[in-house]
Amino acid sequence: MTDETYAEAAEAPQLSDAPLSMDELAKVIARDIPEGSFVNLGIGQPTKIADHLPAELGVILHTENGMLGMGRKAEGDEVDADLTNAGKVPVVETPGCSYFHHADSFAMMRGGHLDVCVLGAFQVAHTGDLANWSTGKPGDIPAVGGAMDLAIGAKDVFVMMSLFAKNGEAKLVEACTMPLTGVGCVSRVYTDHAVFDLGPDGATVRETYGITLAELRERVAVELH
Amino acid sequence: MAKTSILETADEAVAGIEDGSTVLVGGFGLAGMPFDLIDALIRQGAKDLTIVANNAGNGEVGLAALLKAGRVRKVLCSFPRQVDSYVFDELYRAGEIELEVVPQGNLAERMRAAGAGIGAFFCPTAVGTPLVEGKEQRTIDGRDYVLEYPIKGDYALIAAHTADRLGNLVYRKTARNFGPVMATAATTTIAQVSNVVPTGELDPEAVVTPSIYVDRVVQVEARHYTVQGAR
Repeated sequence: MTDETYAEAAEAPQLSDAPLSMDELAKVIARDIPEGSFVNLGIGQPTKIADHLPAELGVILHTENGMLGMGRKAEGDEVDADLTNAGKVPVVETPGCSYFHHADSFAMMRGGHLDVCVLGAFQVAHTGDLANWSTGKPGDIPAVGGAMDLAIGAKDVFVMMSLFAKNGEAKLVEACTMPLTGVGCVSRVYTDHAVFDLGPDGATVRETYGITLAELRERVAVELH
Repeated sequence: MAKTSILETADEAVAGIEDGSTVLVGGFGLAGMPFDLIDALIRQGAKDLTIVANNAGNGEVGLAALLKAGRVRKVLCSFPRQVDSYVFDELYRAGEIELEVVPQGNLAERMRAAGAGIGAFFCPTAVGTPLVEGKEQRTIDGRDYVLEYPIKGDYALIAAHTADRLGNLVYRKTARNFGPVMATAATTTIAQVSNVVPTGELDPEAVVTPSIYVDRVVQVEARHYTVQGAR
């Protein structure tokens, strides 16, 4: 659907009977990555999105450990310990790729040169606050990596996550209870049950999967436009 | 300043590192980790070290081996907790090591600032998060920033691919990571390389770290490890 169709729709459409698998969700996100854009895919689930970006789309992947034009995961003899992604998984080059040091890599990010980054999340507030680096539980070892730099750096920060935690509570919340990664930084949240646009006025549902808008409003404790 | 020394052994390369030094250690996970320099540092015996690195060790090689040997008082890093960081995890849980978590881009930029003579800089990263508590903030053109100070090392231990005899360095693929920035930020920069070539053989257009930043070079047999369990 085009943005105009979304704008004209009376309410967000339900696009499938069942919630999406994480692979299906990756495909939905890939659909929304603009042609020719520079994109950073966070460690974990977001890396799946790369599998759904056809080469002809010309999307160039950035990895914060110093590369543009990162290719797929390396197999067998392709494995080179000197060439990994941000999750330390060996990957391959693509034609036209480039290497640079860490300060340049993060200057690229912080300087607003990346078009999109997709991050996982523990919680997202309906105003775009992100919590994805620490559960805040005592005894947990804090580890932030590049998450805070990415959150404030890319032009568009998308989140990819399951909508509900294991205890059934929605991870899209009024205000994050876990330690923040960034304030007001997330513009869109892709989940297995629905896609949300976030802004200063709160969350707007774009589409739902395996749940009606009415059911979604019952299970998510924030106002949904 | 003295010209770069090309040394025969890693032990000579790490000679003189004092107890209590701040040591910048290159590498992202195990890519670009200066294994031989770290092993030599363990033999050398310096203790009570403050280590600045992206991670806090993987498996039991490199930085993890230094931690396991009990030589490290404090680690400044962005991402200590990984699938194979059990050496650090145990020390941390036992209260035997201090940890300061720094966002990865700030870690790099704070070292860049140290090497570039910048007194401090305003950075938008981490505004509104627990990591900026107590730090000076300023709003510039409507955006909030945090004042970040340089991180300077007494020593940098880095791995590069090739050096010439002047100490110019080139790196290989993503093993470059923190090396070039750390090389600028330490009083004494020590590089292990896989090859030393005669001066004049490196393409000047391709030199990443100019020799001015490099104090000691040692050629070692390249060792490669990948992070086990990474996904």
